Amino acid sequence: MKRKSLFGRFAHGDTLFRWITLLFAASILLILLLMAMEMVKESLPSLQRFGWDFVTSSEWDAVQERFGSLPFLYGSVGSSILPILLATPLSVGTALFITDIAPSKVGSIVAALVELLAAIPSVIYGLWGILVMTPWLQQTVQPFLIDKFGFLPLFQGAPYGVSMLAAVFILMIMIIPIITSITKEVLLAVPIAQKEAAYALGATRWEMLRMALLPYARSGILGAVLLGLGRAIGETMAVTMVIGNTPQISLSLLAPAYTMPSVIANEFAETTSKLHASALMEIGLILLFVTLLINVMARLLIWSVTRGSTGGKA
Amino acid sequence: MIRYLSARSLKNGLMTLLMVIATLAVLTPLVIIFLHILKMGASSINLDFFTQIPKPTGETGGGMANGLMGSAIMIAMASCIGLPVGVLGAVYLTEYGGNRLSTVIRFSADVLAGIPSIITGMVAYTLLVVPMKHFSALAGAVSLAMIMIPIVLRTTEEQLKMVPGTLREASLALGVPLWRTTLKVTLASARTGIVTGVLLAIARIAGETAPLLFTALGNQFWSRKMTEPMAAIPLQIFNFAISPYDDWHRLAWAGALVLVVIMFTLSLAARYFGRQSQAR
Repeated sequence: MKRKSLFGRFAHGDTLFRWITLLFAASILLILLLMAMEMVKESLPSLQRFGWDFVTSSEWDAVQERFGSLPFLYGSVGSSILPILLATPLSVGTALFITDIAPSKVGSIVAALVELLAAIPSVIYGLWGILVMTPWLQQTVQPFLIDKFGFLPLFQGAPYGVSMLAAVFILMIMIIPIITSITKEVLLAVPIAQKEAAYALGATRWEMLRMALLPYARSGILGAVLLGLGRAIGETMAVTMVIGNTPQISLSLLAPAYTMPSVIANEFAETTSKLHASALMEIGLILLFVTLLINVMARLLIWSVTRGSTGGKA
Repeated sequence: MIRYLSARSLKNGLMTLLMVIATLAVLTPLVIIFLHILKMGASSINLDFFTQIPKPTGETGGGMANGLMGSAIMIAMASCIGLPVGVLGAVYLTEYGGNRLSTVIRFSADVLAGIPSIITGMVAYTLLVVPMKHFSALAGAVSLAMIMIPIVLRTTEEQLKMVPGTLREASLALGVPLWRTTLKVTLASARTGIVTGVLLAIARIAGETAPLLFTALGNQFWSRKMTEPMAAIPLQIFNFAISPYDDWHRLAWAGALVLVVIMFTLSLAARYFGRQSQAR
């Protein structure tokens, strides 16, 4: 009798434990769901009031309660695409250097350095950006660009320092470590037989990299780049500190701009009306939607490479 | 033939050189920033930084003691929420998982980790700040916990996967129920690895600023109540960096140095524990 009740208690414990752990694991889904629901609910007033005008209008006036987010969308697209274009070749080159070029000691030092620098918080990059980089841009780089390339629409206007160019630079510096370290993981997941086959056919190292390694890792690298893109779009503090926070659409890289996370960071704590808060929520909703989409694609691509590998690491 | 080969090896050498240049181009700005933080921070920091709260505008001196305490309180609070959820959630994935649900959860955790942190701040704002009618440290801690959970979950899962199945079986064969086996054997033997993940997660949230902007809000004074606005180091760095005062800039550099030192200590500790868990 006693024995049985003892067993009963054990069985109970297991069931209970299973349900508790399931609850905690499922909290991930709950958080995502809660995020989406809250953001949609809070954006409803703005969604109903402005409809599609919200993304096509560039008027942002808290006093008149007219809100259009086009300048922020423009700023976010510009300040994330350009850094990606600059960062991708550098990051892939560095990842290849770490995995295949450098002696393994040097490689692991570079890799550790990159990891450590990826951990520096955004606000510190922003601090350096606003106090060191923007004065340098204003006094040295931007006058040079205006002088030599001022005929291009990209480099017109006065040198303010804080500008789209500053945001592009700081984001490029910040996303390089991320793209590099994930690309490195992907490259390490490529089966060694791929490389050996290429070498056995008499390939030089570069030919091996280009014909055996990179094609195999391509989708994973694309995933790493997308992850960097998602990070660049969502990056808040550093961008807010150097982009100038001016809601305008200008072709010039020297002009101040504004991004979606920046306007939220600057205005959300001090909204002037319900509609203002709701409009900012809708910007947040757009941001959530875009980053969700990018991250889902990125993870699928990265998983497609790293999951197939038999390597015990990762 | 020789010519052809040398053209190929020339290309090989050229591309190798390009990759070395790329690496240098990547490391240079990062190292410059890092050294600049060290230099400015070292010349700005003093004892007052750790013992005093910020002085009003116009007065020189002061420190970020309230921010240090605020950060510590909110990180501890976030860990109280995030650690049990992350670790036990990982237990489900490794010990009971294997079904489609656990793949979905795993995938969602990876996706959640990529959501901009400012969004967790907005969500904590609508869930806690609006109903409570004022900014609070509690809301800050909750938004940090939301960032922490997916990180802890995924790193713990990786560690639990490495525990050999024979250990579990040995314990089960002795008649220990699964839940006790999990707590006393599986989790215990993955301990150092889990600590590594936790340290990295703490290092990550210690520097988070965006989620605190409209939850903890920041505070110029001492504050100990979880229901009131609270200072935090990253918030103070932000506010002082965008101010026009040199003395506040000085404090911001000192704060940056302290934050970097804390994070590097955490990552070094994490590496130490990580190596220990691999050696076993």
